[in-house]
Amino acid sequence: MAQAQAGVNKFYLVLGLVAVAGVGLLWYLTGRSKTVSIPVDVTILAADTAGFRGYLLGSDTAKVEVSIYADFQCPGCQQFETIQFPTVRQQLIETGLVRWRYRDFPLAMHPHARVAAHAAACADEQGRFWPMHDALYASQSTWSPMRNAVGAFSDLAKSIGVEVSRYDECMQSAKYAGRIQASSAEGIKLGVTGTPNFLIGGRLYQDAMPSDSIRAIVMRALTAAAPAPAQ
Amino acid sequence: MTRSRMGMALLCLTGLFVSLYLYLYKIGAIGTLACGPGGCETVQLSPQSRLLGVIEVSLIGVIGYGVMLLLALLALQPRFAGRSWPATLLVLLSSGAVLFSAYLTYLELFVIHAICRWCVVSALIILAIFGLAWYDRRERAPQPA
Repeated sequence: MAQAQAGVNKFYLVLGLVAVAGVGLLWYLTGRSKTVSIPVDVTILAADTAGFRGYLLGSDTAKVEVSIYADFQCPGCQQFETIQFPTVRQQLIETGLVRWRYRDFPLAMHPHARVAAHAAACADEQGRFWPMHDALYASQSTWSPMRNAVGAFSDLAKSIGVEVSRYDECMQSAKYAGRIQASSAEGIKLGVTGTPNFLIGGRLYQDAMPSDSIRAIVMRALTAAAPAPAQ
Repeated sequence: MTRSRMGMALLCLTGLFVSLYLYLYKIGAIGTLACGPGGCETVQLSPQSRLLGVIEVSLIGVIGYGVMLLLALLALQPRFAGRSWPATLLVLLSSGAVLFSAYLTYLELFVIHAICRWCVVSALIILAIFGLAWYDRRERAPQPA
């Protein structure tokens, strides 16, 4: 009987040790969580805008350019980017009809939008903007409610083949804060009020649009750009 | 016979910490996942990491392991030592958990196309709990006269 009790006591001791070790490890891991702050009130330098005006996709010789002003945490942008954009990419960009320009327009109401935009910029340093763009939108519903999404962004970068140490260094430096702010400022100057907004052939469209509507507008722009037939 | 219940309690506690770790990651309390080369992040950041798009799968794990841990500890109390109902309940709960783990493994392999090592660890833990609960129940089942 006493031997059985000693066995039970030993068990509770082991259980307690496992519990303490587990709690301690989790405590340590939560304390190690990285934070990154991307400044909003940054002064835009000439270097922030020179030579960079968004992320490009498509042929340089395309006759129509479409710019999208978007926010990685905006649900409307997520809908567009995951449902409509694959069709746009296939029908208009890959066929050489359109050159696509992605511009950052992080909204203040979305706490992770600016960090996500910076994460995409850091992935771009390693030539992985578009895979990061796709990964960020595909998993938006997962990272959006997080208290701190920096770790999730780093994991996403890793999953698309970005070298994490360089990426982390880039994130800590917040070196693209000015560039993101410049993109936002340029959008405001053009009349962008929310996301997603589109600039197609010099005209601003302030609503989310299905791929069919974009295609129709692009076709009209192409027709207008075509030289008139000889008399 | 109490050894199987002790084993279950230890396994439940370990499973509880694994689930809690993944849940803390999902709420952004832990930076990156310690997973080595693998698909942990792909699995954890996939839409399938939330059951029906509503509840975190890792939170279901925390609750499930927590309930089974309490039950296993209760079953260790001297007054329940000879009773078979805690074992029966643990068999029922763990068999449900095994089926759920099998479904999650299917999602990993055929829908997400990535494997999360922590999920594999959890699946093995729940399988071991089910084995022990089954053994415990068989040992305590009333013998025919």
